[in-house]
Amino acid sequence: MPAFFVQFIVLAMLALCSLFIGVADLSPSGIFRMNSEQIDILSISRIPRLCSVIVAGASLSVAGLIMQRITRNRFVSPTTAGTMEWCKLGVMAAIICMPEASSAMRVFGAFAVSLAGTFFFMAVAGKVQNRGIILVPLVGIMMGGVVNACSTFFAYKYDIIQNMAAWLQGNFSLVIAGNYELLYFSVPLMFAAYFYADRFTIAGMGKNTATSLGLNYKSIVNIGLVLVTVISSITVVGVGNIPFVGLVVPNIISIFKGDSVKNILWDTAWFGAALVLLCDIACRVIIYPYEIPIGVVLSIIGSFIFLGLLTRKPRHA
Amino acid sequence: MISTENISKKYRSELVLKGVSTILPTGKIIAFIGSNGAGKSTLLNIISRLIPPSEGSVVIDGKKTSLWNTGDLAKTLTILGQSPQSETRITVKDLVSFGRFPHSNGETTPDDERAVAEALNITGIETLKDRYIDELSGGQRQMAYIAMSVAQDTKYILLDEPLNNLDMGRSVKIMKLMQKLVKEKSKTIFVVVHDINFVSFYADYVLALKDGILKYQGETESIMRPEILSDIYDIDITVENYRGKKICIYYK
Repeated sequence: MPAFFVQFIVLAMLALCSLFIGVADLSPSGIFRMNSEQIDILSISRIPRLCSVIVAGASLSVAGLIMQRITRNRFVSPTTAGTMEWCKLGVMAAIICMPEASSAMRVFGAFAVSLAGTFFFMAVAGKVQNRGIILVPLVGIMMGGVVNACSTFFAYKYDIIQNMAAWLQGNFSLVIAGNYELLYFSVPLMFAAYFYADRFTIAGMGKNTATSLGLNYKSIVNIGLVLVTVISSITVVGVGNIPFVGLVVPNIISIFKGDSVKNILWDTAWFGAALVLLCDIACRVIIYPYEIPIGVVLSIIGSFIFLGLLTRKPRHA
Repeated sequence: MISTENISKKYRSELVLKGVSTILPTGKIIAFIGSNGAGKSTLLNIISRLIPPSEGSVVIDGKKTSLWNTGDLAKTLTILGQSPQSETRITVKDLVSFGRFPHSNGETTPDDERAVAEALNITGIETLKDRYIDELSGGQRQMAYIAMSVAQDTKYILLDEPLNNLDMGRSVKIMKLMQKLVKEKSKTIFVVVHDINFVSFYADYVLALKDGILKYQGETESIMRPEILSDIYDIDITVENYRGKKICIYYK
């Protein structure tokens, strides 16, 4: 398929750029004459970074897609629902309770807290959704702000603000072999999302339509929320808060290819990976040889696209 | 066969359905009539298990709705709600294909494809199959949703005000489609209709509700009487004969 081919080429080219950008000298022309130090740089730092960027970008986009379907609101995502903020609170709680907590324990903490937080968000969203589609993400952002403030307060109190900074801004520069592999758990979750794809699309058409088609609406929504919070938790623990990807990517894909989850899952994952990879490359070259955290770049780009989507006129009267 | 046993529904303290007990015929177009707030939609939603009754029960083919597996019930009964509006941007073909979901669970078989093609054909929207539903006119979208229900291929089809906001031409088209489904595929169709003349021309059987009470039920002929209709709608209605059908005149 030509479209698939083009997507593959674009991603491969971005990946190559990503591999050969950095302070340590490494160039494509010297790829067959690498010394052991260069091989180490490639295998310990560059390739892990590339993989983490691709997995995080793809899985967060898929998480956003699921969330938009099950909330029936295209402005909802792990960022605008506050899920990311709940994750951070969960990680912090795990660190305070168990200073030696492993990554897996931190993910568990993030998952437990963000699942509870996201259910709370869904309950509030259910109450306000008739008052306008914009109000739901606003409530989510507001709740996220409050949760963030709590996290910061406790971080100061327990003197772990230094630790916290790592997740306040998402950052791929700390990724090295041995500390990012957890992210790969998001890959099977994306396959799970594909398995439930039609169910999420049908749930997005409303409770009555879903019930009439014989689906258990509540359980589909719950499965979706679990998938979204696990992906968010893994990402926050692995590389930190990567904002707006889950919001922006599915919306842009929707304009061209519609909303049927099964039809657009691959495109969404691809575009998420490519976008984050592109931003990551930009972060590394803008103030070369230093780096900007990717959270900053994505926040700027994402909030402008979010504004564009908000003011976009509806497609039908 | 569908029957209801003493169904009541309470919203907060207001009783919107009061002890509705009835046995519904099969293989017919059955119209639910009554003024706004009479409880027609509520009754339809309770029969289709979308909302639970406060009291009483519904029996579908010998089994209470509460005992049905919801996936199995979706192969027997489908309901299309009032003016279905969805933010979801999917193509007409995808929408109609979802009608097969209770049968296929996502694994489409040639049977499913045949059913989808037939549903598109019988509703006359084949040419729209690649369009997104949010780009269609209200009437086209309504037809697409009806095609989804047709593809679901259930014995019972429940339609809540399918003629809402449609012009006369489209309304006639939809009613004729229902007649065809009853005649050729021996479906049983329950439909909420406000325009009493559509009921007179196309429905075989009528249930008339007033203030949550099932006041009259019977063959259309027997319900199209001025005293009954005036009671149901609280206005003076004259009934005239026109080519063997009854026409109601209520314009003053």
